[in-house]
Amino acid sequence: MSVNLTLVGQSLAEKLAGDSSDQCIQDNGAFCFNWIAENFSDRYVTPTLEHLYLVGFSVILGFLLAMGMAVLSHRQRWLVPPFIGVTGVLYTIPSVAFFFLLLPITGRGVDTALIALTAYNLQIIYRNIVAGLNNVPVGPKDAGRGMGMTARQMLWKVEFPLAVPEIVAGLRIATVSTVAIATLADFAGGGGLGSLIITGSNITFKTNILVVTVLAVGMAVIFDILFLLAQRRLTRWQTAGESRGGSKRFGAAMARSRAA
Amino acid sequence: MTGLALGFLGSFGDAFEFIFSGQQSPLARGEVGGLAQVWDLLVTHVALSAAAMALGLAIALPLGIYLGHRGRGELFAVAAGNAGRALPELVLIALFVAFVGTGFDNVMLALMILAVPPILTNTFVGIRQADRTAVEAARGMGMSERAIALRIELPLAAPTIMTGVRTSAINVIATATIAPLGSVLTLGDFILSPNVYGDAGVIAGAILVALLALSVELGLAALQSALTPKGVKLQRAAADTA
Repeated sequence: MSVNLTLVGQSLAEKLAGDSSDQCIQDNGAFCFNWIAENFSDRYVTPTLEHLYLVGFSVILGFLLAMGMAVLSHRQRWLVPPFIGVTGVLYTIPSVAFFFLLLPITGRGVDTALIALTAYNLQIIYRNIVAGLNNVPVGPKDAGRGMGMTARQMLWKVEFPLAVPEIVAGLRIATVSTVAIATLADFAGGGGLGSLIITGSNITFKTNILVVTVLAVGMAVIFDILFLLAQRRLTRWQTAGESRGGSKRFGAAMARSRAA
Repeated sequence: MTGLALGFLGSFGDAFEFIFSGQQSPLARGEVGGLAQVWDLLVTHVALSAAAMALGLAIALPLGIYLGHRGRGELFAVAAGNAGRALPELVLIALFVAFVGTGFDNVMLALMILAVPPILTNTFVGIRQADRTAVEAARGMGMSERAIALRIELPLAAPTIMTGVRTSAINVIATATIAPLGSVLTLGDFILSPNVYGDAGVIAGAILVALLALSVELGLAALQSALTPKGVKLQRAAADTA
């Protein structure tokens, strides 16, 4: 075991190397599986759970707010452009800047991170709900009107159910994006997987960076697959020909997710 | 409540003082901030982002036009957009810092990887969705496939492509904020080094980055409007009033 005597300017990787008898860690190797096995539960579980909390909380809150805004702007059409404008401006502000602009108001901590992440979700989800409602075919609406439905019945029994594929597509994009953006939450003191990169000199510690990459990308992929399955399940009533266009619709939703 | 409002205004007032006249560094190593330093970091920030965007466009635009025109590789184009979303910006920078290296060129490459997916996906979707009757008419008039792609489909796809370019540009500028992690001093340095610049510097950096992103977004929105063919605008107006 080599002991590093020069402590000044020592990176965390070097410090760990000094503490560790593992040759792989001392060499700053990329695939130190023994070290991962020994340290995973101590180092990586809590940030992963924090990350899940950040994503889950902000997507659910963003969805509820977006639904409220959509119901409002569906009745008062003139509200759509200002809603799109305001959520668009919030979305344009880079997240790191957003966190620090909120600091004088909300202070450091998980709340600041949640506010910023929710603002991002709001833009993506609201835009997709509005697009989904706009794309409802005229036929079912006429049928509903002919049956004497009130505006409220039309919205909840005809329009929202038919807009489900696009709403779920929006939630899917929002969730996957938030998993990525939430890695920056630690700049606001919000923890999450990003804390494993930002803290100390962890950024040069190869094995650590690979573990974080696998955790973050893995989380995004799992959410993506879950939403894809939900999308399929929720749109079973569509004809086979239509549902095969699923990836096309998703592509269009992605292309639209930032349309002016 | 008044205290909160005053504290709030105070923080932002200090930030503006930091931007325009500079302040004593908390480490007492002389002056920090001021317009000269702001300008230096701004230039690096813009140069880094512009270089990454230029490279990203040079790759994604031709590839998207080719695949879109041929109608091939839909899975690839959509998967690329998806993968781009799933890979966190911070992780991408960290991977480059840990495995490739730091400095302007390396960070620029990382940002380029970030720029490609939205442009590629949107170019593909835009070209594919170009009005089929216009394309068939062009083919009937004897235009070559290359001319159809560049002179018919590309202008019709311009609004969709520009949406992708805007997504990429905003993402690249946002991520250039954490470029100091890779030893490139952009405006993000004010934010990421509170020991050097103090609280006022942090807020000042956040304000500057937000303003930069918003002005680029506005500029690109104007460009998008300028690049949208008149016919497409008329069609949209007609669809809106219908």
